[in-house]
Amino acid sequence: MTSPLQLALLLLALGFSRGLQHHYPDQADQVDGEAELELVAEPSKFGSLWPLPQKVKLSAVSLKLTGVSFQIADAKGSSAGSGCSLLQDAYRRYYEYVFGGAKRQQQPGKGRRAAGPAVLTELQVWITSPDPECDGYPGVASDESYELTVDQPYAVLKAPKVWGALHGLETFSQLVYEDEYGVKSINSTTISDFPRFAHRGILLDSARHFLPIKVILANLETMAMNKLNVFHWHITDDQSFPYLSRTFPQLSQQGAYHPYTHVYTPADVKMVVEFGRLRGIRVIPEFDTPGHTQSWGKGQTDLLTPCYSGSKPSGSFGPVNPILNTTYDFMSQFFKEISTVFPDAYVHLGGDEVDFSCWKSNPDIQTFMDQQGFGKDFSKLESFYIQKLLNIVATTQKGYMIWQEVFDNGVQLKPDAVVHVWIGGGANDEMGKVTAAGYTTILSAPWYLDYISYAQDWQKYYKVEPLSFNGTEEQKKLVIGGEACLWGEYVDATNLTPRLWPRASAVAERLWSAADVTDINDTFNRLSVHRCRMVARGIPAQPLFSSYCPREYKGV
Amino acid sequence: METTGLVSFGRYTCSHLYFLLLIVLPLGQHTVEGVWPLPQIFTSSIERYPLNPQAFYFGYGRQSAAQFGCSVLDAAFIRYYSLIFPDYTGKHSTTGKSHIGKKQSVGFDVLSPSLLFPDNLSVSAGKASLNAETVWGAVRGLETFSQLVYQDDFGSYFVNQTEIDDFPRFPFRGILLDTSRHFIPVHAILKTLDAMAYSKFNVFHWHIVDDPSFPYQSQTFPDLSRKGAFHPMTHIYTQSDVRRVISHARLRGIRVLPEFDSPGHTKSWGKGQSDLLTPCYSGSTPSGAFGPVNPALPSTYQFMATLLKEVSSVFPDSYIHLGGDEVNFSCWKSNPDVRAFMQKMGFGVDFTKLEAFYMENIVNITTFLNKTAIVWQDVFDYHELIPKDTVLHIWKGSPANYRKELSRMTKAGMRVLLAAPWYINHISYGQDWRNYYTVQPLNFSGTAEQKKLVIGGEVCMWGEYVDATNLTPRLWPRASAAAERLWSDEKQTSSVDKAFPRLQDFRCKLVRRGIRAEPLYVGHCKHEYQGV
Repeated sequence: MTSPLQLALLLLALGFSRGLQHHYPDQADQVDGEAELELVAEPSKFGSLWPLPQKVKLSAVSLKLTGVSFQIADAKGSSAGSGCSLLQDAYRRYYEYVFGGAKRQQQPGKGRRAAGPAVLTELQVWITSPDPECDGYPGVASDESYELTVDQPYAVLKAPKVWGALHGLETFSQLVYEDEYGVKSINSTTISDFPRFAHRGILLDSARHFLPIKVILANLETMAMNKLNVFHWHITDDQSFPYLSRTFPQLSQQGAYHPYTHVYTPADVKMVVEFGRLRGIRVIPEFDTPGHTQSWGKGQTDLLTPCYSGSKPSGSFGPVNPILNTTYDFMSQFFKEISTVFPDAYVHLGGDEVDFSCWKSNPDIQTFMDQQGFGKDFSKLESFYIQKLLNIVATTQKGYMIWQEVFDNGVQLKPDAVVHVWIGGGANDEMGKVTAAGYTTILSAPWYLDYISYAQDWQKYYKVEPLSFNGTEEQKKLVIGGEACLWGEYVDATNLTPRLWPRASAVAERLWSAADVTDINDTFNRLSVHRCRMVARGIPAQPLFSSYCPREYKGV
Repeated sequence: METTGLVSFGRYTCSHLYFLLLIVLPLGQHTVEGVWPLPQIFTSSIERYPLNPQAFYFGYGRQSAAQFGCSVLDAAFIRYYSLIFPDYTGKHSTTGKSHIGKKQSVGFDVLSPSLLFPDNLSVSAGKASLNAETVWGAVRGLETFSQLVYQDDFGSYFVNQTEIDDFPRFPFRGILLDTSRHFIPVHAILKTLDAMAYSKFNVFHWHIVDDPSFPYQSQTFPDLSRKGAFHPMTHIYTQSDVRRVISHARLRGIRVLPEFDSPGHTKSWGKGQSDLLTPCYSGSTPSGAFGPVNPALPSTYQFMATLLKEVSSVFPDSYIHLGGDEVNFSCWKSNPDVRAFMQKMGFGVDFTKLEAFYMENIVNITTFLNKTAIVWQDVFDYHELIPKDTVLHIWKGSPANYRKELSRMTKAGMRVLLAAPWYINHISYGQDWRNYYTVQPLNFSGTAEQKKLVIGGEVCMWGEYVDATNLTPRLWPRASAAAERLWSDEKQTSSVDKAFPRLQDFRCKLVRRGIRAEPLYVGHCKHEYQGV
């Protein structure tokens, strides 16, 4: 996913490309070649709502909440009761976010509703459809809509499924503010909300650098604050294989950076999946083949293609060897395991950036190419491999996602395959082509967040319009969303969180809110407060520009 | 050497001491791990000695001028014991009492003072000894020693037989933090000081106030922070905060250089000090906006003298940074009183003369307070006649430009600090540390005498996009690249590729020590960062 463009950028980065380097950011921006708007922080009429809901009606009527009297509870008519632990967990989480973790204390002599007239005492959560999906997993077709009414004496959150309720709770928590006396307040409000796109993801790369579970969980938590719903776990790559496979333990034993301290055990994976589920987040694992697999070869002999130098093996290895039956036996068993470990209906199979030079060097592969009548066209060999792999995965009852090259090479895909567009420059054309062929697609090309630059690059991410390609209405409907990718070459636990947030928040709003939400000034104001809210919740989200948060980050 | 440069610690020196460390029994073999920044003279053998955390201790040499009770070293022993044995949780007292008791039983030895090499570290069987002229050199030596110790796969600690003679190439090796554009909580500053000591930086340039906020709580002018800070209670540095920073820095051999930048970059000052800033005019009426400090009023100089008097007593360092950069003349031009003053002074319409007039007055104030001034290059650029002992701080331009500036300034006999190539707040994709590493500070046309006038360099982390959430990973290990350039011999450290594995190793050491230093490239550390 990374090499050609990144190499070019790296070369650029190595040169002294800047002229004057002033203290003033506006001048520095000119140096960067792109003058930015001078954004002045002032309160938005939408407060700190992020991402902006589809329909919001705010009134000036203010109600108070106290940690003593306020509670979040199931509405009478709700199809989810106290047995719905997903919601009970969320109630507690959001109570703590709203009241800063303060303990609820019953004060003697004071009833719950005795605190005065303009007080909000309860948020009633009402799941309206017969099956709330409490114990289910979120999916691409999950209903995430909700309606929130804040009024006296109750606020009511209505959602067909728990997934919408989770988003509604987040929205509710964003409506609460402190007045000048520090009293928690909320204005009477009506919100009706649903996502513009169903697939709103973050890709983290745990192969270039190992990411401790704690970091992954913290980022799932932050994703929920931004209504993102897919964690694309690029779990293995050339550099390391941290996934501990029950069927092939040698893969991580040999291929991880360290077989014990730098692996994800089945229990770890379970924890991530469940943590995600409780926040309405799907976990889609990516096991990228046939390229990007150097680390696989360490624990699985004969899986990779031996490269030749002249007539002898050079000792190095290339992509997965597509001509051996053992390769497909291995893949069958491996993906059978994966299909049980990861409950999501989709698995990402990669398929990007296959380097043909090793295949070309190998005489056995040449013979095979001749037998198959592929001539010198190695992309046919690649397609041959992928086709077999896709058929294997299809037997595990999973859908699959693949990087755009697989589509470009003309591999026959299942109708429900998702094509992942990542190559910058021409992404619009690609979206057009993929959707014209009738495939669903997601966009990542403009959202490679590992590419950093000076100043407010979040604006660039924000201004992307995923449906700006040429195509029919039908084609546009095939775009189910996008993903912000944080590739791991230069990222690990030390810098991941501030690098991702709030830059990924910009992507989150683009994927959730209506297409006409584009006022960059209002966005700046809401995002500034939203980032301070993430900081107050313990997430080291980096600043947008010179300013301050009432509660600064307490870590270092 | 640490104190013999142009810039000294003066009042802190517990001078001339010799002391030593202790090790046990030789055994096995191991390749030597790197030290960052690279020492000047470094020899080591493959012979290695195990260290027993229970028996190991630091002690003062018998002939050492510093003995138990030297606050800097007593504290450093305690710090470095845990840095050297990060895993060790057993009982071991590093207090003076118990190690004096143990002294005889382990029989440690004292080296006689080495006259040739003021700072030398030698590790051999049974003992290691560290000689330094001052405690500051000793602190650096302890850091070096701590980096020599490594653990094998069983967790045992080892150090190889080693001889090191070391001293810094430049006496001024600084980091600038900007606490005005974002408030940086004290604990984040202290953490940065810790990391600075690991890279042998020795100056914390505290750009404490600027346009956006005035977090310094002044005793004399409390309104400055009351009205000029982001928040008058939570976003300020109290006097005790400042003392804490200075004391934390001192124990690590780090000077704290405060910057009170004027006459530009002072918007936040105006909130708590009326009539300090120039009222801008639109036509013949004040527009309501304010410009730089008003240089036409005598009250301005009285205020600055009082403030700087306070600052010079609060900050013990003998230097003070007066800023003087990026003054926008448009407001001065608009103001009729300023124009009248220009006429009176015979400045014509040359506003650089007005600025020079202002800076001259401010520099004179600091001279009177027995402090040496440091100013940004702008002051020299428009006014070459400034007191000879003033230090000029280069921040602008491409390598070609700053080389020209280095030539010009040193030719005028001025001492110079280089920051231009180390604006580390500017980020880009990839391994930009390589740019910081390959800077050649003395590669400009000039005589040997001129080159001596370059007293060092500084890494600047301006704060527009930086606060406690991202400061540490943005600063480290990128700043460490500059640290080696400023400490080590340039010939021995000319290969950026050779430096790469050593810096990767050092970065993992930083992470192990709890510093959120970001990775250089793909790979892993044995002990990854465990926070978020």
